[in-house]
Amino acid sequence: MFRLLQIEFIKLKNSKGSKLLIIIYFLLLTSISLIAAIKFDIGQIKFYLAEQGIFNFPYIWHFNTFMAAFFKLFLVLVIVSMTANEYSNRTIKQNLIDGLSKKEFILSKFYMVFTFALISTLFIFVISLILGLMYSDFKELSIIILDLEYMVAYFVKLLGFFSFGLFLGILIKRAAFAIAAMFVWFVMESISLGLLKWKFNNDPEKAENIIQFFPLYSMSNLIEQPFGRLKAVKAAANQLKTTIEYDYAIHWHEIAIVLVWTFLFTFFSYKLLQKRDL
Amino acid sequence: MKTILSLKNLNKKYGKVHAVNNLSFKIQKGNVYGILGPNGSGKSTTLGIILNVVNKTSGEFSWFNGTISTHNALKKVGAIIESPNFYPNMSAYENLRLVCKIKEISTHKIDEKLEIVGLLNRKNSNFKTFSLGMKQRLAIASALLNDPEILILDEPTNGLDPQGIHQIREIIIQIANNGTTILLASHLLDEVEKVCSHVVIIRDGIKLYEGKTDEMTASFGFIDIKTEQNQEKLIELLLTFKGIKTLTKKGDIIVASLSNEISTTEINKFCFKNDIVLSHIVKRKPSLESQFLTLTNHLN
Repeated sequence: MFRLLQIEFIKLKNSKGSKLLIIIYFLLLTSISLIAAIKFDIGQIKFYLAEQGIFNFPYIWHFNTFMAAFFKLFLVLVIVSMTANEYSNRTIKQNLIDGLSKKEFILSKFYMVFTFALISTLFIFVISLILGLMYSDFKELSIIILDLEYMVAYFVKLLGFFSFGLFLGILIKRAAFAIAAMFVWFVMESISLGLLKWKFNNDPEKAENIIQFFPLYSMSNLIEQPFGRLKAVKAAANQLKTTIEYDYAIHWHEIAIVLVWTFLFTFFSYKLLQKRDL
Repeated sequence: MKTILSLKNLNKKYGKVHAVNNLSFKIQKGNVYGILGPNGSGKSTTLGIILNVVNKTSGEFSWFNGTISTHNALKKVGAIIESPNFYPNMSAYENLRLVCKIKEISTHKIDEKLEIVGLLNRKNSNFKTFSLGMKQRLAIASALLNDPEILILDEPTNGLDPQGIHQIREIIIQIANNGTTILLASHLLDEVEKVCSHVVIIRDGIKLYEGKTDEMTASFGFIDIKTEQNQEKLIELLLTFKGIKTLTKKGDIIVASLSNEISTTEINKFCFKNDIVLSHIVKRKPSLESQFLTLTNHLN
């Protein structure tokens, strides 16, 4: 495994475009902390975002993972282009001739995907922890460790999405077309979602039961938007209530769905490569 | 003798096209093999199959008597396919380092191999800045990194200028002289003739001949004869000579095709005795080209 990671690392290190995208990605992740600096000071109205409770533990885990997930597009670009370029430069052929097996090739790509997801998760964990320790109203360990499952959800979400990118890179072989295909997939999934919701208009739960299995939806479903919850947190804080509404919780079956998709994307990448003549 | 590679009834079909048809042959250690065939005869497909990039339709092949899996066997092989494929934005050195990681060998031989192909001074240049000849030489360096048990070359001089072709051939001959087993696919006959001890000829995916290069034909060669005197008389005379199969006129030269081992001295003596003085007499071995054309046209 270490050897395969090393191989990927050599490839990555020498790709200027990928390095640039990765740097932008981490700068953007760091920029979440800049939200803390948002201040409006217009006459009588004073608004200081950091004091609105968004950096309160445990809410910060939810808020930051949700915001950070938008930037995953930068890393998926790296994954798709690194994979598709192996085809356009025909280096995949050379890799196999040099003695890498097809399985090892896909595994090395998957390890890269895994590492990207893991580093992103650790990065956002550290940033959230620092921001939380600076701005949170509650800094007791028992509260900090609440809701840490958002970190797991964030990791799984990235893992699934990046595997999707890997699959499209292998399937389409051309980076630009693979990205386009990702967009088309997103549009088609959205249309199907709309149609299903419309069809089961009187029974939204039934629609939800079906659409929760769609790949992109299942990934976005992992971490719900946190804004509705912000008021609840504030209210809870203000009234010193300890119970918080849990509509926004991570459901383990949702994580399982995304993990199954991750497996399928990686598995079918392998099957595709195995079947193809290069 | 150690068998490095054996193919048994190998088949590859692309839809209706039967690219490799029931191909069997063996590669023994220490020999230099040429796979000859016209363009599109299935040479590259065959190499693709044994190199793990093309899936066979049926049949078998095994490396090193089937003792290890194909991808592990390939770590002991050096192979170059038509065009050199490397990472364009990586330097020559980094590209070779990657190959070392894949082959699970140490990187300490990189400089040595770059030296062999004359690229040591360009080791830190990006691959995309290389000329085609340099790319091909880098590919050879890459194939030599593991001191391979067998070097496989597919049309290594394709698209190169005469100087590039010469450089590559020199390198190949040098490697062959070191005792490395080589498998060279080519449609350039003189290339094969100069380098290979054994030859496999295929056409339309079918094997036409397998054996030593110099045993390829039963012919005893040709003798070119010329006289300043009466040519008709010479022909008449030669027809009576035992061991001459046919005579053909090529301008003022008469080409005698032999059915026996005959020396030029014998012919010269014979003609002189019969009052004909020869002005030119040369014995030729049949060229690989003529044998190749005979073989490949035979089935037409």
